[in-house]
Amino acid sequence: MSEFTTWDIVRNLLLAARWTILLSIVSFIGGGLVGAALLFARIGKRRLGQIFVKTYVELFQGTPLLMQLFLAFFGLGLFGIDVPAWLAAGLALILWSAAFLTEIWRGCVEAIARGQWEASSSLGMGYIQQMRHVILPQALRIAVPPTVGFSVQVVKGTALTSIIGFVELSKAGTVVTNATFEPFKVYGLVALIYFCLCWPLSKSSQILERKLNVAHRNH
Amino acid sequence: MSLIEITEVKKRFGNNEVLKGINIDVAPGEVIAVIGKSGSGKSTLLRCINGLETIDEGSISVAGAQLLPDELHLKALRLKVGMIFQGFNLFPHLTAGRNVMLSQMVVKKTPKAEAEAMARRQLERVGLAHKFDAYPDQLSGGQQQRVAIARALAMQPIALLCDEITSALDPELVSEVLAVVKELAGEGMTLMMVTHEMRFARDVCSRVVFMHQGRVHEIGPPEEVFASPKTPELQQFLGVTH
Amino acid sequence: MNYAFDFGWLLDYWPVLVKGIAVTLELTLVGGVLGVSLGVACAWARALGPGWLRPVVAAYVELIRNTPFLIQLFFIFFGLPALGVRMGELEAANLAMVINLGAYGCEIVRAGIQATPKGQFEAGASLGMSRIQTFWYVVLIPALQRIWPALSSQIVIVMLGSAAVSQIAAEDLTFAANFIQSRTFRAFETYFVATLIYLALAIALRQGLRGLGWTLFPKRTAR
Ligand SMILES: Nc1ncnc2c1ncn2[C@@H]1O[C@H](COP(=O)(O)OP(=O)(O)O)[C@@H](O)[C@H]1O
Ligand SMILES: [Mg+2]
Repeated sequence: MSEFTTWDIVRNLLLAARWTILLSIVSFIGGGLVGAALLFARIGKRRLGQIFVKTYVELFQGTPLLMQLFLAFFGLGLFGIDVPAWLAAGLALILWSAAFLTEIWRGCVEAIARGQWEASSSLGMGYIQQMRHVILPQALRIAVPPTVGFSVQVVKGTALTSIIGFVELSKAGTVVTNATFEPFKVYGLVALIYFCLCWPLSKSSQILERKLNVAHRNH
Repeated sequence: MSLIEITEVKKRFGNNEVLKGINIDVAPGEVIAVIGKSGSGKSTLLRCINGLETIDEGSISVAGAQLLPDELHLKALRLKVGMIFQGFNLFPHLTAGRNVMLSQMVVKKTPKAEAEAMARRQLERVGLAHKFDAYPDQLSGGQQQRVAIARALAMQPIALLCDEITSALDPELVSEVLAVVKELAGEGMTLMMVTHEMRFARDVCSRVVFMHQGRVHEIGPPEEVFASPKTPELQQFLGVTH
Repeated sequence: MNYAFDFGWLLDYWPVLVKGIAVTLELTLVGGVLGVSLGVACAWARALGPGWLRPVVAAYVELIRNTPFLIQLFFIFFGLPALGVRMGELEAANLAMVINLGAYGCEIVRAGIQATPKGQFEAGASLGMSRIQTFWYVVLIPALQRIWPALSSQIVIVMLGSAAVSQIAAEDLTFAANFIQSRTFRAFETYFVATLIYLALAIALRQGLRGLGWTLFPKRTAR
């Protein structure tokens, strides 16, 4: 019926999946950096910084990622440049990831017992020293499982960038479907590839979490 | 001349006045036991002396220096006054030795080798030299509390504040911690400790402060306070706890 | 940047937006109610269901949680007709949302159930309640009460995710925005307004679910 073999389909999808992976990595790392900056403003002592980050998080968690992609795409377009889809996709996903990561990490910092702050204060440490030597090392440890878990959301989030024209796995699925007229097989394979990307991340997050809980029980 | 001067100190949480004008002078080498019902403001008083809470009125001075709520003064104060907590509050991600070394290195900028030597000495002093490389979760409660004491001592404070430091311990572990405190008292360390261990207070302390509803209700040497309590509140308190 | 913002089109096109909002809300309502129900059923199946059912449910949950909603949607709408299962855009959108929320709901409810003290279950059994009755009254209700906040945020996430159904031409709020911007060429303004509407919907939905929580689980001593 078509001149596409299953292998042709898989090969095309896998080639496109490289862009899904690349975009995921860029978004995750970029989001992590922006998220870390936001975190310091959020847990810092300045009211204004706290309010800014709260609002930022509310906006990015309270609106669809798809809308954020549209706004990035057409918003950048207002500056008169012809916006490549990858730029809008990367920008939106980085800002979106940052909002979620910042919230996750704030939870981890706040999970550190008050006594840790008081003990380090009573030893004469200043805010930065407490953060650097006492709070963050502990927060970082408990932050690993949920952070890894969130990377799954990032990979899945990249699928929406196909809608603004970034050619990654989902877009390739649509293109290949249009060429082969085999949506069942093609979207099934696309789903399978996403699953292969996401499931190991989900699983490691769970395993890390379990390990951490066991370590905690030893106290 | 007194080492710690607490003058007319008042502290409010919202509308709740927790300290209603506290006056205590602590001489160098004195060991003060602070007793009183739960909620009478004992912890708050100690936390104010260490600058963990800011006071609303009055003044606190340590070794002649006023307690002011800015970073610089606070740090200077905390170098002079150490604090031990009911819940130990060891840093769980660091070994016992590292717990003792950390603040020396980051606050006093002590070189690592020197900080380590100090840590070993202080752990030795509390009988835990062999636990230098153990993590807090590998230690018993009593051992953790002794590490916490070593950690405070490593900063070479001139006074120690202890807030119910044996209350979270299993009964059989209380004595090992009290033994360390007793030794410190014998060496002339100035101590101010909130405690429910009346026997210890009687045997070791030079003065006992009975707090009631945010005030120093009675104060005096242990013989007097325990043998002939003047106020009905203290009589009742001692009757209840005995 | 010398671009003059223009929101004049709102005057002409607000009925389109209102219709889109209605569809988004309808999708959320159906998806929410059926999705939570499916989640509860799956949680029951994993905890107490027949042995063969447990791995099936586990596979379903893993599959959904590790693939994008957009692809689930495409698979249902474009892929299933190959098996002779044909449905309209709205049905496909609804189905995808139910299946999606069902998987997340299952995990959330399961976490709540696992936090139920073991003795509770035995107490229920010792009072002569059937397995189903025990599950319903002793395990599920307290579990739901416990996980209501997590479930609520998942429902909000699904509502926001529903923007993707515009891609199979289900006429939701995003579809309306796409339509308007194709007519007015005011893409940024259109999506900006749509985004604000989503934000308002998310805030309202969160509040509504909180209120619903209070009525469904009146102040029994919490936790
Ligand atoms: N951070 C705080 N915020 C509000 N109230 C507090 C705080 N800390 C202590 N209190 C109140 O101050 C009073 C005295 O507490 P505390 O000093 O801990 O008493 P004690 O140590 O004698 O049991 C109590 O009524 C307590 O509820
Ligand atoms: Mg207390």
